[in-house]
Amino acid sequence: MVARVITITSGKGGVGKSTTTANLGVALARLDKKVVLIDADIGLRNLDVIMGLENRIVYDIVDIVEGRSKLRQAMIKHKQFPDLYLIPAAQTKDKTAVSPEDMIQICNKLREEFDYILVDSPAGIERGFRNAVAPADDVLIVTNPEVSAVRDADRIIGLLEAVNKGPGRLILNRLKIEMVKRGEMLSADDVTDILAIPILGIVPEDELVVPASNNGIPVTLNENSKAGVAFTNIARRITGEKVPLMNLEENKSFFQRIARLFGQRN
Amino acid sequence: MPDDILSIKGINDGLLISLSATEKWELITKELAARLDEKAAFFAGAKVTVNVGERPVPKYELSSLKALLERRSLSLAVVMSDSTTTLASATALDVRTRTTSKAAADIDDDTMAIDPEEAGTSGVMIRRTLRSGRIVHSRGHVVVYGDVNPGAQIIAAGDIIVWGKLRGTVHAGAEGDTSAVVCALDMSPNQLRIAGHITTSPSDKRRAVKPEVACVRDNQIVVEAWG
Repeated sequence: MVARVITITSGKGGVGKSTTTANLGVALARLDKKVVLIDADIGLRNLDVIMGLENRIVYDIVDIVEGRSKLRQAMIKHKQFPDLYLIPAAQTKDKTAVSPEDMIQICNKLREEFDYILVDSPAGIERGFRNAVAPADDVLIVTNPEVSAVRDADRIIGLLEAVNKGPGRLILNRLKIEMVKRGEMLSADDVTDILAIPILGIVPEDELVVPASNNGIPVTLNENSKAGVAFTNIARRITGEKVPLMNLEENKSFFQRIARLFGQRN
Repeated sequence: MPDDILSIKGINDGLLISLSATEKWELITKELAARLDEKAAFFAGAKVTVNVGERPVPKYELSSLKALLERRSLSLAVVMSDSTTTLASATALDVRTRTTSKAAADIDDDTMAIDPEEAGTSGVMIRRTLRSGRIVHSRGHVVVYGDVNPGAQIIAAGDIIVWGKLRGTVHAGAEGDTSAVVCALDMSPNQLRIAGHITTSPSDKRRAVKPEVACVRDNQIVVEAWG
């Protein structure tokens, strides 16, 4: 078994990197993959909260790097999925406590035992980003359908290309189809027009995400959540399965569909 | 008597600099540099024809003269001389030549032999999309085969040509050349500057995508369909 290291990054903060990492981790684990999540956001850790594992932390990634803990000791096993682990970030240090070489070493030690290593990158383009990207085999860029997030994603893609990790694949998070229809939000086409990289998945806006994250139960475990289904689909695409992009148009009547067949706009 | 050593004259398409054929080369170049620096802003950007008369100028001397001019934003366009050494040096440096038997006043004379070789001007070619945060600087022209995304920047002393979507910030004629142009297949730059002029794209989203050219006319930037 040789794991693929997948780094989830975005440039801009608050677009859903940690939510995406947690959900893809859980979704891959449900597909019977062995997965370890690494929170590279040292000083601002929160992947543990979204995973519902905050109260189990004893050691963190800085403890591993500085030799206070063995790799195994810092790996927290998920409550529900025995093949899903989390290596939490330290909350007290900053990004300089870990180097890109440390990240590569840690990932290399884990590669033998896992199918996927997901690295949750911090926002920004500085040391924390470089730490997260250093070990990556694949990079997923999370962005929202808004101009500032797309601008930052573009910058990130440029930086990835500069270190031969690019261009990466795109996850378009928090798309509101109604707003796109009213012309108030960028569409998936608008975003790919600028970024010109392949889309791995589109995640619709979903009110179930926030309470799920607050409760430490990633939303992909909720079968009623459209966002959850989208994350599951992305996980399946990561494993190589061909899954078509979800139809985000809802409640279309039979007649509307017929009308569409005949090329009318509705 | 500086005028014995060299003279600088304006001619139709630039400057004619005549250098004494007998004075010491070091002295001449030193005096030339001083004279150019006196009116640096006035001279900047000009194409220069240098007349050295019968003096044989070796390649290294001509090359340092060319560099001296280029440091002052002048380009050495033509070397005039009767010396075969000088003419060979100029040819080696890819500079056009003329013999002085045609007097300086005849420079634009129709009777002059027509050189089929287009001299052209230099620049850089970028064969990829410039993403946000990338910057290109050039003392010449810039050609991009790809898009220029918002947040990317191009600064060129010459022209800027984008074979793709132009959505970033561009500055053509950045050293003051108001004849510089910007062309793009899809022209919607964040901000477009030519020499000292500046403009932004209209925020009209429903515009037709077509190749356009921006240039300065009557002291303002105008954008029109290309071709």
